[in-house]
Amino acid sequence: MTESQRRIILSVEDIHVFYGAIHAIKGVSLEVREDEIVTLIGANGAGKSTTLNAITGLLKPRSGKIVYDDKLISGKKASKIVPMGLCLCPEGRRIFQQLTVRENLDMGGYTRSRSEIRESMDEMFERFPRLKEREKQIAGTLSGGEQQMLAMARALMARPKLLMLDEPSMGLAPILVEQIFDIIKELHGSGVTILLVEQNARMALSVADRAYVMETGVITMTGKASALLHNDAVQKAYLGN
Amino acid sequence: MDIMSVIINGLSIGSIYAIIALGYTMVYGIAKMLNFAHGDVIMVGAYTFFAAAHARNLNGPAGPLIAVLIAIVLCALLGMAIEFLAYRSLRQAPSLAVLITAIGVSYLLQNVMQTVMSLDGVDRFFKNVLGVVISENNDKPIFGADTKMITDLVNMQSLDIHLSETLTIPGLAIVTIAVNLVIVVLLSLFVNYTKMGKAMRSVSEDRSAAQLMGININRTITVTFAIGSALAAIAGILYCAFPHELVPTTGSIPGIKAFIAAVIGGIGSIPGALIGGLLLGFVEQLSRSVLPVTELTDAVVYSVLIIVLLFRPTGLLGKKIREKV
Repeated sequence: MTESQRRIILSVEDIHVFYGAIHAIKGVSLEVREDEIVTLIGANGAGKSTTLNAITGLLKPRSGKIVYDDKLISGKKASKIVPMGLCLCPEGRRIFQQLTVRENLDMGGYTRSRSEIRESMDEMFERFPRLKEREKQIAGTLSGGEQQMLAMARALMARPKLLMLDEPSMGLAPILVEQIFDIIKELHGSGVTILLVEQNARMALSVADRAYVMETGVITMTGKASALLHNDAVQKAYLGN
Repeated sequence: MDIMSVIINGLSIGSIYAIIALGYTMVYGIAKMLNFAHGDVIMVGAYTFFAAAHARNLNGPAGPLIAVLIAIVLCALLGMAIEFLAYRSLRQAPSLAVLITAIGVSYLLQNVMQTVMSLDGVDRFFKNVLGVVISENNDKPIFGADTKMITDLVNMQSLDIHLSETLTIPGLAIVTIAVNLVIVVLLSLFVNYTKMGKAMRSVSEDRSAAQLMGININRTITVTFAIGSALAAIAGILYCAFPHELVPTTGSIPGIKAFIAAVIGGIGSIPGALIGGLLLGFVEQLSRSVLPVTELTDAVVYSVLIIVLLFRPTGLLGKKIREKV
């Protein structure tokens, strides 16, 4: 199937987000098609996380439209959006440090039935055997890499159709970064659409189909990830060449 | 001084403080606010019990128990209403605004109760509108602005245990301590093992991450208020049975003491509320029996708070506040 035939699963149309008087997102539009990996790259403070938070309902855009799975979701609360299959694995992992690994996964499946949770839990333990070993451990005692895996597994417990990952490689050793990106590819292979925000632009562009480049609240460039990887401006600004 | 009676009294008044402190600590842990109107919910609970127990329809042997249930349900609804009307719109407001609002709600409850009790024709309202006759057996009206006592409504002398000629464990003390233990055990099970309990702990730790799980924050906070206020009703009845006089300001003192108990134990911690409450009750009873002037008792109680906070600023079982990276 060619790219243009795939169904649009998420479309963000000209959203503006404010933090008090600060105009953080100034008219961002982007779209994600079914079965794609789309990445959003940019410097610190460009508004990448804010964009994701607005999509998931943690922040309310002052204007603009967000349509997911043919339904208007801008203005809806996260507790209404998550059960629709749109999940965010937030920046800095944000696992529940004082809950056990198992309880964290339980919470990931909060909107689903008990039997569905059990089924997904088994899946997660199969995919992440380390989490199975640490099932009863308090999550705050896990290592950084394990915490990132827990955060991703927790988001997957909701069985998302579209998974948004915010800086999954942040603060991890290179070998763990490789591992996280392997998992992202695997997830994509199993039919999850992914919107990935990353500072590690090289890694992000190498796994993504398409990419958006963001600068101070606006999208400045967009295109095929492979093309952006070789674009001079992108190389200079984000790839350190 | 009789050490056994100090222990028994300390444990029972301490249990009451603990039950109230649980409400403070849960609301603080999950909604991150100090609900200073909590003490006044205690008073509403005691008044509700007082009125319900005088309802002629509840004259049977199960009457007082049904009156307790009515008080519990009414206070749970009151707690939910307070949260919805007064606090919900202040979720993002600075904590000082929330605190002042809570104090306002506290005065509101006291004054409304004062007004309701001194209104003419409250008993006629119950009789004509709700079809409930509320009066003493000799038809003497029970409403009015005077001080009420509920001691004859909660007579538990049949449960007294006589250990020796001089030492009796009052039935009320046994019931109070038992109720407290049952509440703490049930609450711990609820918070640790149910879906709602886990959601509460998640909200307590990281509200926006909890939202990302699809947890409805408002509903979680509403349930917290309902539980805390239901516990306040139970505590109010036990407190007035102890006995204490029932007036519209009855809730203030136990409210403040229980707040101190929650802080001593480590606010936000359920076992902390239990330990803080029992410790405070014990210290209070001990100083009352040792000190030459009973007026000094409260000074001793408040000193315990200062001493504990000097050495453990987050309370006995409080969590260390972790710096965010």
